[in-house]
Amino acid sequence: MSALLELKGVEARYGAVQALRGVTLEVPEGSIVAVLGANGAGKTTALRAVSGTVRRTGEIFFAGKPLRGGPESVARAGIAHVPEGRGTFTDLSVQENLKLGAYTRRDRGLGSDIARMAEYFPWISERGDQRAGTLSGGEQQMLALARALMGRPRLLMLDEPSLGLAPMIVREIFRIVRELNEKNGLTVLVVEQDARIALDVAASAYVLEVGQVVVSGPSSELRENEAVRRSYLGY
Amino acid sequence: MADFLQQVVSGLASGGIYGSLALALVLIHRATGVINFAQGEMATFSTYILWTLTANHGWPYWPAFAVTLLVSFAGGIGIHELVIRPVERGSVLRIVIVTIGLLLLINGAMTWIWTGEVRYVQGPFPTRTIDVGGVAVSLQDIGTIAVSIGTVGLLWLFFQFTKVGLAMRAAAVNPAEARLVGVRVTWMLGLGWGLAAVLGAVSGMLTAPSAILDPTMMQVVLIYAFAAAVLGGIDSPVGAVVGGLLIGVGLNLLGAYVDFIGSALQLPAALAIILIVLMVRPAGIFGRREVKKI
Repeated sequence: MSALLELKGVEARYGAVQALRGVTLEVPEGSIVAVLGANGAGKTTALRAVSGTVRRTGEIFFAGKPLRGGPESVARAGIAHVPEGRGTFTDLSVQENLKLGAYTRRDRGLGSDIARMAEYFPWISERGDQRAGTLSGGEQQMLALARALMGRPRLLMLDEPSLGLAPMIVREIFRIVRELNEKNGLTVLVVEQDARIALDVAASAYVLEVGQVVVSGPSSELRENEAVRRSYLGY
Repeated sequence: MADFLQQVVSGLASGGIYGSLALALVLIHRATGVINFAQGEMATFSTYILWTLTANHGWPYWPAFAVTLLVSFAGGIGIHELVIRPVERGSVLRIVIVTIGLLLLINGAMTWIWTGEVRYVQGPFPTRTIDVGGVAVSLQDIGTIAVSIGTVGLLWLFFQFTKVGLAMRAAAVNPAEARLVGVRVTWMLGLGWGLAAVLGAVSGMLTAPSAILDPTMMQVVLIYAFAAAVLGGIDSPVGAVVGGLLIGVGLNLLGAYVDFIGSALQLPAALAIILIVLMVRPAGIFGRREVKKI
């Protein structure tokens, strides 16, 4: 399998704080890869470096080509970024959020794609006109995911999808992510604090500490790794 | 009663004009986060284009109207690109000062191009009145209401039912998020300035037939539009239009029936409305109070 996304020595900083110190990682086409780590380890920044919402140095390749430009260009290249904290347009309706997800598409398959999202998230069909800001936290996270999928991305990047959600909803979201990966071959890069659930879905993972990759490998190996177990799995 | 209704209709005509210009202010406020103090001068400039085409080049009214809208649209985008965009990431104060500079610049340009001499713009509607159920209504008023409401309606359809309209709303409410779904936010902001210029042009062209065209023509109208936008809620497009109509009708009635106000004190009355709204209900009628998370 070739790498769909490749980071080589990526660095990024916020003012005086260096958030990424030479991160190198690979996301093979058709796989789910997790990025683990404590708060402030640079996980979110890694995704933001890819989507172009933070200034970075180093090289990023997508489908073999160097990735350049701001978030608009990255979205157009086929990367969907679901930011931390339920990225939805709270002032707009559920339907409008979904339509915006497909903004870069030029084809006419919108209606059938919205119907497909309603299969994953049945409440969408009843509440299309509801303002996204009035949805529950779990629904907003699902809407953010559905909106990202509307763009038919080649790579889906999820930032802390579990944040602040009930365990049942978290399991449901990860079940859908896994299903999309198995059925449609969707490539996923997921950043997660909840290492247990992330290692369950991901084929491989990277552990970040203060902006550097400290451990990486197949999920099964990481689960056996003494340090990872103690720091992130808690047993 | 007939007199009262007559006052209401003519108030609605002015209100449509205020509403269009107020909507222009709201569009820019939502996109760029500031009050565009140059909005009135931009509208006057557009009206001069209409005057040049009709009076100087003998164009019929409506083709000149359409061309003026197109030129204004391009002008609005151009102003955003050349003047606003370079300071867009700066502080609000900086952008406000730039719009004030723009006001002076456009005003000076108008005097330079067209001299300060007063001009008269022939309106497209006859000035005679017709009888509607015992009320004498001027055709010019009806035409003015129709054009301003029609423009606002078309704009509403555009925002509600087109992909670009949706993207513009997304860019206004959450630019960072909009960029993540691939919306080119800067273009959308430029488009907002273009549409605001179009609305301003409509309000200017509708004002001209019952006013004198000189470089200051829209300065007073802009104050009424401010009052309308503040009353309706500075971020609410619906509020701007409703606010415009309320101000138009309200001031007209005050002028007609409250002796000491007459037509001389209408402007201070509008300023009083701005002050009262800002003190009592800063979000306006339709505005939502901004909740900031800390």
